[in-house]
Amino acid sequence: MYIDPHVHMVSRTTDDYQRMALAGCVAITEPAFWAGYDRSSPQGFHDYFSVLTDTEPKRAAQYGIAHHTWLCINPKEAEDPVFAREVLEIIPEFLKCESVLGIGEIGLNKNSRNELEILEAHLQLAADHDQMVLVHTPHLEDKRKGTRLIMDAIKNHGVLDPNRVLIDHVEEHTVRDVLDRGYWAGMTLYPDTKCTPQRAADIFEMHGTDRLWINSAGDWGPSDPLAVPKCRDEMRRRGHLEATIRKVSFDNPLEFLSQTGRFRIDVQPTR
Amino acid sequence: MSTSPPPLPLYRHAVVDRYFLEHRAKVLDLAAFLDRVDRAKPDAADSNRDFRLDSLRGAIALLLDGEPERAKRVLDLMSDPSTEPIAAAPMKGATGAWDGFKPASARDGETG
Ligand SMILES: [Zn+2]
Repeated sequence: MYIDPHVHMVSRTTDDYQRMALAGCVAITEPAFWAGYDRSSPQGFHDYFSVLTDTEPKRAAQYGIAHHTWLCINPKEAEDPVFAREVLEIIPEFLKCESVLGIGEIGLNKNSRNELEILEAHLQLAADHDQMVLVHTPHLEDKRKGTRLIMDAIKNHGVLDPNRVLIDHVEEHTVRDVLDRGYWAGMTLYPDTKCTPQRAADIFEMHGTDRLWINSAGDWGPSDPLAVPKCRDEMRRRGHLEATIRKVSFDNPLEFLSQTGRFRIDVQPTR
Repeated sequence: MSTSPPPLPLYRHAVVDRYFLEHRAKVLDLAAFLDRVDRAKPDAADSNRDFRLDSLRGAIALLLDGEPERAKRVLDLMSDPSTEPIAAAPMKGATGAWDGFKPASARDGETG
């Protein structure tokens, strides 16, 4: 039994839900993200949020997977602050939905001033509505700088409790800093650009298993919706205890996400 | 409550037995890639001085310095070291290496 706490099912087929269920997935959370193209209007985001809060939970429930979501305008579409603020205005109406866990995945992409301005607007939205936060950190050469800028922005904002914020896509050069500042951290298992299952297992061995989880971030690019069970398998092959494997792929996401009061793992297959 | 990291349960020989062939193949991929760059038609600019290649060569040198935390240090080497936000995002993607990276040989030649 496992939880994939970061996966973009709008970009995946129903077959993937079935394969994840067969591999033991009981619950997922799907943050709002850049779908591979820029949406031309706030209405485009309204439609996307409807898919995240209505269509995907039904699709997941067919296979007994509890679907939850996080809402935002992602940093890749936040370079136009006027447009981004229009999208921010439609988020509160969706926060009433039972499967919405908070604001996410917010953060930075190229570490620009406009991205930072919209990140700060999201932090305020989260504070105003007492929401938890899921943070996206930049890719590749921009990650270390962006991770630090994001943590500084959250600290300077001053309202959000780090224990209610998860900073995602950490790697060897950012994980220690994130955990030391009191945040939760996520490792994304990607074939090329983030962590492999082997490196994620290494990081658990070097930095511990507290406040740290793994996710597939499966989406429309090179990614693997079965990456979490593959990492579980890697840890099992190394001889790690079942309790350790369960902690990083089930207990930790359950503990963090249960703070929302909305997270569930008990969906019966509807098909 | 904080728990200590779960130690790697394998002996050293088991790690080598299990992962050697996979990483032998990765070294060969890397060698063949550098050969391929050399064999490719030259550009107007000297493509052998590409910042990504310079970073890769820097990373390879770092693997052999005998110090720990190689993965972290490779990522640090390929990271943008600046600390201030930039004026505007020039693109959505990332290249994988910091475009200001200079190899040690070029840095040695700097005077200021
Ligand atoms: Zn994502």
